[in-house]
Amino acid sequence: MSIMEYNGGSVIAMVGKDCVAIASDLRLGVQSLSISSNFQKIFPVTDRIYVGLPGLASDVTTLHEQFRYRVNMYTIKEEREIEPQTFAQMVSSTLYERRFGPYFIEPVIAGMQRTPSGSYEPFIAATDLIGCLNFAKDFVVAGTASSELFGAAEGLWEPDLEAEDLFETISQTLLNAVDRDTFSGWGAVVHVMTKDKVITRTLKGRMD
Amino acid sequence: MTSFYSGPGFDFSNTVRNNFLQDRGLPLPKATSTGTTIVGCIYKDGVVLGADTRATEGPIVADKNCEKIHYITESIRCCGAGTAADTEFTTALISSNMEMHALSTGRKPRVVTAMTMLKQMLFRYQGHVGAALVLGGVDVTGPHLFTIAPHGSTDKLPYVTMGSGSLAAMAVFEAGWKPDMTREEALELVVAAISAGIFNDLGSGSNVDACVITANKTEMLRNFVRPNERVTKERSYGFRRGTTAWKKEQIRSLIVSEEVVKHGEAMDVS
Repeated sequence: MSIMEYNGGSVIAMVGKDCVAIASDLRLGVQSLSISSNFQKIFPVTDRIYVGLPGLASDVTTLHEQFRYRVNMYTIKEEREIEPQTFAQMVSSTLYERRFGPYFIEPVIAGMQRTPSGSYEPFIAATDLIGCLNFAKDFVVAGTASSELFGAAEGLWEPDLEAEDLFETISQTLLNAVDRDTFSGWGAVVHVMTKDKVITRTLKGRMD
Repeated sequence: MTSFYSGPGFDFSNTVRNNFLQDRGLPLPKATSTGTTIVGCIYKDGVVLGADTRATEGPIVADKNCEKIHYITESIRCCGAGTAADTEFTTALISSNMEMHALSTGRKPRVVTAMTMLKQMLFRYQGHVGAALVLGGVDVTGPHLFTIAPHGSTDKLPYVTMGSGSLAAMAVFEAGWKPDMTREEALELVVAAISAGIFNDLGSGSNVDACVITANKTEMLRNFVRPNERVTKERSYGFRRGTTAWKKEQIRSLIVSEEVVKHGEAMDVS
């Protein structure tokens, strides 16, 4: 049993046509004992950035606080909101700073990146626990069900999904993957972001 | 909360906790590694570097198309194998220091300078920074090619390979390398070496990235050969809308709306 499996939990993010989605399960456990079915792992960073923090629950809280502090300092110094690309680099260097004593978290970042022309394009990224960035163009996964999520997403994801279709694809990918992982599940939450709104839905999932 | 000031270098404040957890029988998790094939080859008027594009986490393919040829300066590039985060951050740090060095000396930086900076950093960390590198470039003294091992030792050779696919790639070089090759011959040999890694080493895969560096031009050939393209799916696996049952919905509008309310009399401007 690794420290990453101690509390359980999984996160996935997907790109659609002019939209992104990020979803997670809601379980918090201590090894095989489930404690909560409403444990938040995905946090809003700005209006257009969400970050998912699966891994050791105490580090979920610590890193969320750390990122909130750093993003606030950035916003004050730069007098503008942080962009997803920049935030991803911030996450990466925060984790790499602890290269030899890491936080047990594998963050997933989803957001809408502002282009020079003023429009928005979807952005997703994930890092490992020491901050190696992975900019994927399709989907990124992390957490105890990552191998199940990789398989399900590889089969179900397709390019240029509209926001409502992306919701179905990411929800089914997550729900079916966490059902094959004992450490994840107990309900799920999905955020679908377009250029002008964020839809947050709590899913009905298996409670075993 | 601890102090927000942090000095330069790595932060070891979690190690006590992590060692405690490890002693309790919870092993430390694995980081992303690039079980890689990276190569370099000197030819008549420059250097050709090559890399595959697979990143792995144990037996799982974490990234199918990552970039392993890192920018150092305009005419120096570095391929990285080993712990992915270490290759990424080590090359970024040295790239930054090389730019500062170029600015303060007012000269075009040399490949040996980058090599020395890299080996001194890796030696300082006694192999704990797990970066195995192939450094290549052209400077005022001509084309140069080096390998740098994680402990800081270096080699200077006309053709080099590194990573888990190094044996497969080196076999191709040993069979096909000759002195004073043309650009086309060198590029072809590098592609063959990387392909040998992609197809014969499980830690390497996907596409061939190449980089051709000459005295006055650097060509980054991203996804130069793509022998593992995914075929388009025969049919769609999209779900009908309404498939997923949900309990709660919350919509956050990001549009800032503004309503102008008329108040008082209009100003007389006649």
